[in-house]
This record gives sequence, C-alpha cells and structure tokens, in this order.
Amino acid sequence: MVIQTDLAKGVKMRRPRRPSRLRGSRDSRGYKIFTWVNSSLLIVLCLIMLYPFVTVLAQSFSSPSAIKAGMVSFWPVDFNIDTYIAVANNGMFWRNYGNTVLYTVVGTIIAMVLTTSFAYVLAKEHLRGRKILIGLAVFTMFFNGGIVPNYVLISSLGMKNTMWALVIPGAISVFNLLVMKSFFENLPKDLEEAAQIDGLSWIGIFARIVLPLSKAVIATMVLFYSVAFWNDWFAAFLYLDRSELFPVTLFLRNLLAGASSAATEGAAAAGSTATALSANIQSVTMILTVIPILCVYPFVQRHFVSGIMLGSVKG
Amino acid sequence: MTTIKTEQPNPAAAHPPGGRSGRGAPDQVGKEPLGQSRRVKKSAGRRPLRKAIQRDWQLYALVIVPLIFLAIFRYAPMLGNVIAFRRFRPGGNIFGDEWVGLRYVSMFINDPVFWHVFSNTVILGGLTLVVCFPLPILLALLLNEVRKKAFKRIVQSISYLPHFLSIVIIVGMVMQLLSLQGTANQIITALGGDAIPFLQRAEWFRVIYVGSEVWQTVGWGTILYLAALTTVDASLYEAAEIDGANRWRQIWHVTLPGIRPTMMTLLILNIGTFLNVGFEKVLLLYNPLTYSTADVISTYLYRVGLVSNNLSYAAAIGLFQALIGLVMVLSANFISRRVVGASLW
Repeated sequence: MVIQTDLAKGVKMRRPRRPSRLRGSRDSRGYKIFTWVNSSLLIVLCLIMLYPFVTVLAQSFSSPSAIKAGMVSFWPVDFNIDTYIAVANNGMFWRNYGNTVLYTVVGTIIAMVLTTSFAYVLAKEHLRGRKILIGLAVFTMFFNGGIVPNYVLISSLGMKNTMWALVIPGAISVFNLLVMKSFFENLPKDLEEAAQIDGLSWIGIFARIVLPLSKAVIATMVLFYSVAFWNDWFAAFLYLDRSELFPVTLFLRNLLAGASSAATEGAAAAGSTATALSANIQSVTMILTVIPILCVYPFVQRHFVSGIMLGSVKG
Repeated sequence: MTTIKTEQPNPAAAHPPGGRSGRGAPDQVGKEPLGQSRRVKKSAGRRPLRKAIQRDWQLYALVIVPLIFLAIFRYAPMLGNVIAFRRFRPGGNIFGDEWVGLRYVSMFINDPVFWHVFSNTVILGGLTLVVCFPLPILLALLLNEVRKKAFKRIVQSISYLPHFLSIVIIVGMVMQLLSLQGTANQIITALGGDAIPFLQRAEWFRVIYVGSEVWQTVGWGTILYLAALTTVDASLYEAAEIDGANRWRQIWHVTLPGIRPTMMTLLILNIGTFLNVGFEKVLLLYNPLTYSTADVISTYLYRVGLVSNNLSYAAAIGLFQALIGLVMVLSANFISRRVVGASLW
C-alpha cells in the first residue's frame, strides 16, 4: 500500500519535469546517445531471454535428422508435427499431464483455505498472542527441517505414493501468508466495525465482508500457488515410485535424465539418432508443459508483480 | 523473499509500543459493540486472557488447522533432526532409537568428500551471489531510464517470464542449447572449432550454472528495485542538477543511495540462502562426470541419505548446513543494522 501510493506520487511529480529538464540542457545530445544505447541493450536482453523458447519451439517442429545435423536454431527445418502426434499418442504423457492438473487444483484449494484463514487472524492487531503466531510462521522461513527429516516424516505418515505427499506439505507458503496478511491489514476498518455492531461474528465478518473485498489478493495467491504446484517436480521425485502417479514435470525430468545418462555413458556417440530423437521429444514435452503458463502469463503478470510489492512492504 | 522493514517511513505498518495505548481507547469502543465489558476499557492495560478468549474464540478456532499444519510439517521435521544424534532404523521411530552422541558429526568432519562438496558449495554460492546480486540492480537502473512506457512494459514482461518456468524446463533448455547439436556448438563449429560436450565437462559446470541462474532471475529481481526507485524524491535530482551533476553523478549520488535499504535487505536474504545453492537445479544438471565441481552439500546429503539410505549421517550434514544458514542470516542482519540501519526485523 505504501509503495503504491508513493508510486502514484512519484509518477505525478516527475512526469512533467523530465522533458523540460532535458530540453536544451547541456547533456541533451549525450542523453540521446545514452537512450539509444540503453534501448539497444534492453532489446538484446529481450532476444537473449526469448531465444531458448524459440529454439525449443523450432526443434519441436523439426525432423530428428535436421536436429542431428545441428541445423536447427531459429526456424524449424523439415517442418513436421510427427513428434507432436507421437507424444500425443503416449498414454503415460497424458496421464501424467492429468495428474499435474489434479495436483495443482487440489494443492491450491488446500493451500488457499489454510493461508487465507491464517492470514485473516494474523491481521487482527488486537489479538492476544498475535506476535507469537507470526513468529512461529516466520521462523520457518529461516530454518527448516531439511530433506532427510521431511522424508522420514512423510514416509512414517504413510503418505508415500499418494497425492497427499505432494499437495499437503506445500500448503502454507510464509511469503504468501505475509502478503495476504498485509492486504487484510489495509482493508478499511470501518466496514468490519459496522458489521460487528450489526452483530456479525468474526467468522461471519470474514466470510461476508472480508472475502468479497479481497478478490484481487485471492486471485494473486491462487496464481502464486498454482504456478508453484504446476512447476514442482522434486516432491514427486522423492515420494512417488509409480509412474502412473507422476506429474508431467517428472515425466520430462526422466526424459532429460535418460538422454543425459546416455550421453555420459558414451552409448550415444556424437550425433546418433537416439539423442536427436530424444531432443525432439524433449522439445515437444517442454512446449506442451509450458503452454498453460505461457497462455495465462500475459494476463496475470501484473498481479504477480503487485503481489510481490504488497508482500515486501513490511507485513 | 520476505517482508522488508527499512528505515523508510512506513506509517501503515509501524506500530511502536507508544502508539498502541494512544489508539487503544477508540479501538475498543469499536470492537465491543455488545457492550460486554465497559470495565475492561478503563483498565488501560491488556485485557485478561479469559476475556480475550471469550471474545476472540472464533479467531483462535480459525488458526487451529494452520497451527497443526505448522507443527506437523514444519516443526516436527526440525525436531526430526535429532536423528543426527541418534541411531535410526528405517521404519522405526521417526526420532530414532538410541543416542549415539556426536558420532555422525565426527563422521562428516572426518569425511574428505564432505569437505570437497563444502568448498564446491561455497564457490558456487559465492559466484552466484557475486554475479546474480548486482545484475538486477543494473537492469533496474537501465529500465528506470526508459521513457517510453510501452517499451518498458514489454521488456519487463519478457524478462520476468523465466521466473515462472519449472526448473525442469529450464534445465531442459540448457541441455538443448549446450548439446552437441545445440546452438552453442553450432556457433563453435561455424567458427571452425570442435564441438564441446559442455555438460560432461566439469570445468564448464560453474559457468553453466551461474549463467542459467542469471537468465532465470535477473528480470524478476528488478521488481523491488524498480519499486524503490519510484520512491526516490524527485527534488533531489533537481538539486543535483542545479549543483551541476550530470546523469552519471546523479545516479551515483542520488539514485543508488535512494535504493540502498532495498539493496541491503536483498543482500541479507541472499547471504542467508547462500549455502542452499539451487539444490534442484544442480541435481538436474550434474552427472558423475561433473561431480568434481558440481557436487554440493545438498546433493551429497541427498545421495548419502536417500539413495544410500544413511539417514542419520545425512541429517547431521543437513543440520550443520541449516545452522550455518541461520547464523549467516542473523549475522548479516546484525551487521547491516549496525552499518546502514536497514534490517529484516
């Protein structure tokens, strides 16, 4: 909130002044050169950022023999969609893709219920023990159990080879919790007080006043969590043994690991068809895995940014 | 990433002890519509615990499930680290069976492989910190000088994108770019060189790791700096200009000091996570041929603990790593509070 108001102020205060400051000022020619250099640098940066996507996309539409010959960079060579058809006919790929969707949805729902209710309580400044509760949550940011004790815990709870090992441990991200908390703290207090006078209980206020006012932050948090669940592979790698439970990220990881170990053992000497073919399949799988994120990205990017700023202004 | 408390004035968040009593009276009037305790209001101090529970029991009820969650999935594993000092049988008690003292600790202290991966971790973490910390500041300064809003927005959107990708996808891209048929080798062979199997060469690992880290994080890292830059007082630039400062001097004397609290905060956070060098990325990128430079503490303890099933030994290493991390955050925070007055808490 603080940053947002400052932001508006900053823009208003600086905008009109800049042009007049530069017009006719000593460094205006130097400034022109600077602007030119600056823009070129940023354009080069964008190209570097985008190039890996372009080349993966190009490979996914190229023939294995063209990839093997090292001919593919910006543009598909021997354009075809055979690999897409092959991957699309792979039952395990779709099964794992479906698992990813399922884990993302279930994980996000659990995480949202826990995070929202916790954040609402932490935002109540009059609450006895509030500082302790915040401290309990924040401490877990700086010190965590580590892989081994977590593994032992999940195994002993009997959660191995179930969906729960993936969706439950990620349920409260302290960062997201603090973002929501500072959002709730900045809601106008009068509304809640009025509702209280009308006899609503705390839970009533939460459900009927606070949640409807918080659609923006809820949307942001849903996005944060769902991207995290969608992208996760490591929990699945640790806790799942049966390939029909894998999420698609683990499917992709196993493709990559297969190719890598083949290259390491020298079984696939320079440019054999096997590596080229696997590069092709990898590209297709990568494209299909990132497509949902690329599709929603333009619409949600702004929310992510505002969420980050909200959270980083002292919660 | 976490909450940031800097010296910048922050009225919404600050609640000094003094301010609380001043605000107390109207607050309580508002929050007690049922008029259940007029007496308490007069006793300016804290209300009795029983009253607090009576009034706020619904709030306390709401935190029960999150607290149980924290207890089981965050604090129990912390306590579970006790197996670093106890013999542990798979399938047995998760807190181990009997005390063995510092046996596992002395085991890793006398383990040459541990010290090897320790120094790898320090080198890799140090390189990452040195390269990945300043670049977002530089990029934010460049972006801040862009006057065309649409252009700025496009650059931002593109540079944030890698942040949203799964680490598996990023490693997949790295592997493809650096494969024998990939772009890097296409360029090398076009220039007349011989193709290099980058991912099988230990001497390339650090470059690859840090390079991909920059690609992934540089754009997203600018967000907080850009926000801080908009709060720098415009009149300072005017004053600097009147004093005859050119653009570079303005950046040096006005812009950089303006974002110093943000820089310090992020530096503290980066130092604190310094030893946790991207475990998942190393695990995906390395292979036995590159262990000599790529193997870090977390990957070593992963192999020792979960692959070779030596859980107590791995827990001892993990605990050591976590404690170093905690000490480093605390001391960085302490130094920064003393020296520049910016701290996390």
